[in-house]
Amino acid sequence: MNTARLRDSCALARNAVCALLLVAAPARAADEKIDPEMDRKALQAFVFAKFPKTPKDDFGNGPYAVNAEMRKQWLEIMQFPPYELALDEGRAEWEKPFANGKHYADCFDNKGVGVRQTYPRFIAETGQVETLEGAINRCRVENGESPLDPMIGMMASLAAVMAESSRGKPFAIVIPPDPRALAAYERGKEFYYSRKGQLGVSCASCHNSPAGERLRGDILASTVGITAGMPIYRSDWGSMGTTVRRIASCSSQTRAAPLKPDDEDYRNVEYFMSYMSNGIAITGPGARP
Amino acid sequence: MIRTIALAAGVAILSLPALAATTQADAQAALAAAQAVENDALAAKAAWTTTEANLTKSAKALAAGKWDEAKAAADEALALAKLSIEQANAQKTIWRNAVVR
Repeated sequence: MNTARLRDSCALARNAVCALLLVAAPARAADEKIDPEMDRKALQAFVFAKFPKTPKDDFGNGPYAVNAEMRKQWLEIMQFPPYELALDEGRAEWEKPFANGKHYADCFDNKGVGVRQTYPRFIAETGQVETLEGAINRCRVENGESPLDPMIGMMASLAAVMAESSRGKPFAIVIPPDPRALAAYERGKEFYYSRKGQLGVSCASCHNSPAGERLRGDILASTVGITAGMPIYRSDWGSMGTTVRRIASCSSQTRAAPLKPDDEDYRNVEYFMSYMSNGIAITGPGARP
Repeated sequence: MIRTIALAAGVAILSLPALAATTQADAQAALAAAQAVENDALAAKAAWTTTEANLTKSAKALAAGKWDEAKAAADEALALAKLSIEQANAQKTIWRNAVVR
């Protein structure tokens, strides 16, 4: 009788310890210090170890950096890049003055030349992350023009012009020591790693460990450098698209209902992904399958 | 006796469709219930495209007077909407397990 009671007591204690561990584990994880630089180093080390023969700056070329056969086809496509028309359209728009006589160049540091690698940015005045496309639209609105669709058309063309002027410059996303900036980064990280949609996959499900592998007919790009090639002409679309167009279409592919293009979650996840690409050269505008 | 049993069976068979038939009110209630949960999913940014598709299918069937079809699609939407919210709630903590460290 006493033995049975002792055994029951031991079992109870064991279960209590297990329960405590289970409760404590997520709490400890949630208390982790927000350290973007530690995250970047860990993710880049993981990716570089997976693709030891790929030069660092090549990761801005997405799937072409990690698949020889696709790279061969891409180099042929790039004899006549499919984004050239968008670049022409964007350059003409960039030079055209607004109704008030000002230009896009008046809204940006260094007249908008060679600054793409610093977007998205955290804006202290609003306490929010602003993407390159958000900055272009803010420029338009502040000068009396109507905002553009942030995913397609002229917006993609203007972003292409700015990206081209930054080619070769390494991503240099800044997360200022402002708790709101760190919180935005952390929410972007949460979005990136959270499984979504009916298929239950996250951004990481495709772009971390499986990078370089096939998903049906596609070769999955690595997160490191993935935003460096934006905006892109995507053959699947038959047109140009900005980073947020690609994120929204990824959402749909997982059967998650896409958010509004300027949703805070999309801006934050772009902030996170771009920070993960810090040090990788800008290659945009790009061409993708 | 055999006639009575046959008559009872006949009545039972004939009344089955009537018992199983979905009314307009049933379909409307099912759609409203599914839409309410989907609104919660949308507010949580957790909605699925398949839920939305089933809601649209249900509304179209309702407008066409196809009560059975409307209710079936609404029930499917309700189940999906509940799952999408469960997924979002679960991911609030377990996403950290996937982080590369």
